[in-house]
This record gives sequence, C-alpha cells and structure tokens, in this order.
Amino acid sequence: MPGDILADGDFNPGQNTYREGSKVYASLIGLANIAGKNVYVVALKGFYMPVVEDLVIGKVIDLRLSGWVVDINAPYAAVLPTSEAFGRSFNSRREEMTSYIDVGDLVVAKVIAFDRTRDPVLTTKDGGLGKVSRGRLVRVTPTKIPRVIGRKGSMINLLTRGTDTRITVGQNGVILVSGEKPEMEVLAVTVLQMIEREAHTIGLTDRVEELLKKKKGTES
Amino acid sequence: MSQTKSKRLINEEGLRIDGRKFDELRPIKIEVGTLEKADGSAYIEWGKNKILAAVYGPREVHPRHLALPDRTLFRCRYHMAPFSTEERKSPAPSRREIELSKVIREAVEPAIFTELFPRTAIDVFIEVLQSDGGTRCAGITATSLALADAGIPLRDLIVACAAGKIDGQIVLDLDNIEDQKGEADLPVAISPRTGEITLLQMDGIMSREEYEKALNLAIEGCRQVYAMQQEALKRKYASEEVGAKGDDEGEGLS
Repeated sequence: MPGDILADGDFNPGQNTYREGSKVYASLIGLANIAGKNVYVVALKGFYMPVVEDLVIGKVIDLRLSGWVVDINAPYAAVLPTSEAFGRSFNSRREEMTSYIDVGDLVVAKVIAFDRTRDPVLTTKDGGLGKVSRGRLVRVTPTKIPRVIGRKGSMINLLTRGTDTRITVGQNGVILVSGEKPEMEVLAVTVLQMIEREAHTIGLTDRVEELLKKKKGTES
Repeated sequence: MSQTKSKRLINEEGLRIDGRKFDELRPIKIEVGTLEKADGSAYIEWGKNKILAAVYGPREVHPRHLALPDRTLFRCRYHMAPFSTEERKSPAPSRREIELSKVIREAVEPAIFTELFPRTAIDVFIEVLQSDGGTRCAGITATSLALADAGIPLRDLIVACAAGKIDGQIVLDLDNIEDQKGEADLPVAISPRTGEITLLQMDGIMSREEYEKALNLAIEGCRQVYAMQQEALKRKYASEEVGAKGDDEGEGLS
C-alpha cells in the first residue's frame, strides 16, 4: 500500500517503490517482493507508461499531415509517422493516407521513441506489425500483462496451442486474438478474462490447462 | 452562542448532542472502487456525510496550454450536490467550493509523484451527496484512496480529520451543529508516514493551549481514520493479496 515501509537498510528501490533515507517504501497497491538487495512491488492496478521497444495495440484517432495519431491506452497519444508505416518517403499530395490506415482502424505497432519531453513514436515496419484486419480484442489491466504471457511465454504458448489461435499481446493491456474458428477465439477470450481475474493466484497455468481440456472435450 | 444555556452542545455526563464522547469520531464507512468508469474512485460515509471521489488520469491535458513540461497537472473539483444541504444549494460553484477545491488540491498533491508524468493531467472530482460538517476532511480522505485505486504512485495516503472547541471543551470531529454553534473548528490533514501536516485551517478563536490540544487531538483522529483507509483498501484488494507472490513473470510477445 502506498507509504508502507518495505525494507530498511542497504536496499535498491525497484519498480513502484521509492527510497527516503535508508528506508524503502511502496508507492502503489501491490505485492512486495524482495530479491537480494532489490525491493520491488508488483502492482495490482495501474496504467500503461510507454517503454521503447514495447509492442502495443492502439486505435487511430486522428490524421495529420505527417502521420496518424494513435490512442495506445497511455497518458500520451502516440504518433505513427507515414515514413514509419510505409517504409519509404510518402507524399500526401499524391497519395491518400486513409487508403492505407484510416481513423478508427486498429494497429499493432512498436514504440521506437519516447521520453519525458516527447510523445511516443510508433513504427509498423517490423514483421507482424500493421493494421489489424480481423480478430477479437481483450483489454486487461496493463500491470497484469506479464502474467498473461507467463514465464518465458509459458502461459501464452499454452493458450495459443490449446485454442489454435494467434494471440498478439500489447504491453499496453490490449490483446488481439485471431483464429480460424470463431468458437476457438471465444474460448481464448474467456480464458484471458479468467487470467486477468485470477492473475494473482498460484497454479494458474495448471488451471488454464485444465479449463482448456475440459472445454475442448465438450465440443468434440 | 453557547452562552445561552438553553441549548448546550455537551450535556452533564460529558456527552455531545449525538451521544459521542469528546474524543470520539463519527461512524465511518469507506468503499474503494465504487465507480466503474473512473480510473479510480472511493466513496465515504462519515457520520451523515456522503461523498464520492473520482479520479481520471494521468491523461492528456485539455486545454493543451495548461500542460506543465516537468510534471503532471493536478486538478481538483470539490462540488456539493444541490440536494446535499437542508436548503437547496445552487449547483454553480460557490466561493466556498472554489476555496475547498484549492485546499484539497494542495493537501493531496504533495503525496503524488507528479514529476513522473510530465505533460499530463490528473483530475479529481469530489461530489458531496449529503453534508453534515467536516466534508473537506472526508473529501481529502476519499481523494487519496481514489488516487491509490487509480494506480497512481503515491508517497503516502493523505488523511484528514478535524478538531474544535464547543462549550469551552476541545472535541474531535465536529458535525454541522457543533461547527456552527461551537467556538472553533480546526481541520487538519496529515501524511501519516512522516507526520507532515498538509492542511491546517482554523475558524474561530482558541487560546494557544487549546490550539495545541486540538491539533494533537485532530492528529490522533487522523491516525484512526488512516487505519480505516488502509482497511478499506485491503478489503478491495484482499482477494488479490492472499497467497499471491507471482510464480511466473515474463515479457515479450506471442
């Protein structure tokens, strides 16, 4: 809880903590962990702060001459410049931007620049990035994203295999599920919602596995 | 005032009009995360006070020119519903509400890590649904809970409580009648971790000794309310606290 003392002495304040004198305090509601000299708090609720290299899923909310403005569920609106989307020079007088991405479209993108003074800049140049054409969206609290992915991707791999879908996890708390069969998409969405609800409990991966087996059993 | 012995605020047994002892708080009920749409919210019932606090943000600043380059803009609106008082209150912000918005903002802002989110705004809306004296203290208490619920990094949970003087006695947590008929009212907000005072107002006259006694009593009251604040947060997040200790964590994409 904010203001709660976590450690006293020679410790390094990690995520969601701060130091005053020799003591380390929490700054958010969450679960405290001490690993060696590092003290950190796993937040139970929070918002997304962009980090360079993060994969995010956002919605295009505006068009400008130089690019698109994307809502990435963060305190700052992100910009996707035309040069980063096309990978070549672009002249808005000769071509129509909206024929490529229009307001209201969803994009999977990567954050390539962000600091205190500038709004985040996105790119869709890499593979797997770009406009979203189909699938289902799930929103979870951004702080729970690590749990959705699991250790070295264990959770997400389980889910992808179990439901035969493609799942793209945005660090900003937006998850895109797309698959061949609609019922499998629905199943993946239910499981994701369960993961968010029970993100804090132990043995979640096992329970997800069980649920997947059961659901698949009833369908076949 | 109270010299007219017809109506006394403290009876022979030393009890107040509502039956409380001099150092007793009114019953307090707190709920966190009441509002679905807000990023963070809290509802408090402090005696007959009923107050909602909603937090939005950090988010983009509108109008744009108000944005601060080095920290977040913390905005606060304290508002009383027209039906919150005995006589209908005009819904337009009064002089008093503007003042309270300012003092609440200044009481709570020191607890926020504003420098972490430059060029953004955090908006707080405090809506008094029913009032019975001491709304600013209840408002501050609810606001810090709503901020914590929104996942905004805080140094501490600011908590507030008032003390005052009625019938020549120093008492804790005045209600509306005591505030109006009594001699003095002293609302105090503190940061319980450091004991720093972030709000201190006084209305009325007290001697120096009385003031010191009232201040200490108010701080004591704050500590009691702080315990209730923590408890309310625990209740909301309790299920998440049990046997948690995440066993896996990772990053990357699918």
